[in-house]
Amino acid sequence: MNAKDDTQPTIVPYLKRDESGKPYLAGSKCTACGHVFVGERTVCAKCTARGQMVSVHLAETGKLYVYTIIHRSFPGVKTPFVDVIVDLDDGAHLKGTLVGVKPEPEAIAFDLPVKIAYREAEPVNKPGKPHLSYVFEPALEA
Amino acid sequence: MSDVYVVGIDMIRFGRYPERTVPSLAAEATLMALDDCGLSIRDMQALYCGNLGQASGMVGQRMLAEIGQTGIPVTNVANACATGATAFRDAWMAIKAGIYDIVLAVGVEQMGKGLLGGSASEPSPEGLIGSGSMPAMFSQIGIEHARKYGTTFAQFSGVSVKNHWHSTMNPKSMYRMETPLQEVMAAEMIAWPNTKLMCSVNVDGSAAAVLVSEAKMRQLGLVGRAIKVRASEMSSNPFQDRQMAMPDFSSATRLAARRAYEMAGVGPEDISLVELHDCFATAEIVHYENLGLCTDGEAGRLIDDGETRLGGRIPVNVSGGLLSKGHPLGATGIANIYEIATHLRGEAGDRQVNGARLGLTHVVGGGPGMGTACAIHVLEKV
Repeated sequence: MNAKDDTQPTIVPYLKRDESGKPYLAGSKCTACGHVFVGERTVCAKCTARGQMVSVHLAETGKLYVYTIIHRSFPGVKTPFVDVIVDLDDGAHLKGTLVGVKPEPEAIAFDLPVKIAYREAEPVNKPGKPHLSYVFEPALEA
Repeated sequence: MSDVYVVGIDMIRFGRYPERTVPSLAAEATLMALDDCGLSIRDMQALYCGNLGQASGMVGQRMLAEIGQTGIPVTNVANACATGATAFRDAWMAIKAGIYDIVLAVGVEQMGKGLLGGSASEPSPEGLIGSGSMPAMFSQIGIEHARKYGTTFAQFSGVSVKNHWHSTMNPKSMYRMETPLQEVMAAEMIAWPNTKLMCSVNVDGSAAAVLVSEAKMRQLGLVGRAIKVRASEMSSNPFQDRQMAMPDFSSATRLAARRAYEMAGVGPEDISLVELHDCFATAEIVHYENLGLCTDGEAGRLIDDGETRLGGRIPVNVSGGLLSKGHPLGATGIANIYEIATHLRGEAGDRQVNGARLGLTHVVGGGPGMGTACAIHVLEKV
């Protein structure tokens, strides 16, 4: 989508752009225990190792672990939408909105392969101010 | 170290009191708890006051300004939905440590209506990056249980049917209406699979307890209706792989439960009744397993077989629970101790669990990106 405007703010701190302006999800990998975290950090919450964290770009594909269908949200937020927890293929775990499926339990399968798509979106509390965001969408199996 | 006993405990009827102040709600429960044991605020050596909404507002001191400023040390406590239980545990620890022998613990909350949770961050990611609401979080926890064990919408809904039925027998409950299964399932969907009737009620409320050492209990002649604190345990969320995406209340509960049973020297099979943190119907299901009331994967069957109903093998949330009695965040942890104490004293009226000897209370608090606070108490009839 419109990710070319590289001055546009991002919706969450772990969504970043590289030097060419291409969006990516920033993560950290602990070289001591191997856990992959969403976002940048220096100490491992899992094994407590210090100084062992390296910055990584998170995987952009994964599988749906669990979901819920939100019918009531905060004022101004359009519903229904599907909120999913995805196990990314690099071992990280990421929350997001799943698009491209009907917001009905019968239409949503555990372990559905999904991929990240970057999109422009307006936060409910910043009308008229588009931000760079991301969604999950179903991925066709290879 | 002395054993610790509750000699006075009470709660106001949960409801909506927008015209009242937080300190006045706290004061009302405190005076009721003092009356319950025939003591005065002058007898109290310290106060632990739990409140979340005005956590920086010195609610404990403001309450004493309403009922008697005796100069005692006041500790104001905030710990999400475990706030009241944390204040109670702080009071317990002070007596255990031998610093005081008679201490007051209070929990109080005044809440608006509406959805809790959400992100305070700018810009709001709500809707764009899933949802930060409390129902979203606890619905996913239920769906995880369904993924593992095939738990059904009707089983989750059955929790709400049970707790609403229980509340018809509790004069201190916010709501006292039966909600048949069809009504629960047909209510407005908030976040699948939790309908509106499967979400706890935001209410105002307060509860208070007077805790004493064994020597003080005997000196005051208050053995008759005393309740012994057999275990007081807390935990925070130990690391879990998905915790950044999906807050985890189960591992903290399992950790605190294991320690609490160990401290009390009993097992789940010895417990007569449980008040657990049913902030959503889906939460009650997972906590059956977390607290060892059944083996993993059996929670749905407990609902099907009525094992956790009043009269069943292990009655859960006979008060009506957070789902119907209501959930004033800071008061909940002491109110559920009141419920257990009332059964142990044999004073619970129509909802009395016959022969109740040991009871367990459980609260968990937390939210997206915050972490978890869990508190568990095991209480025994003296």
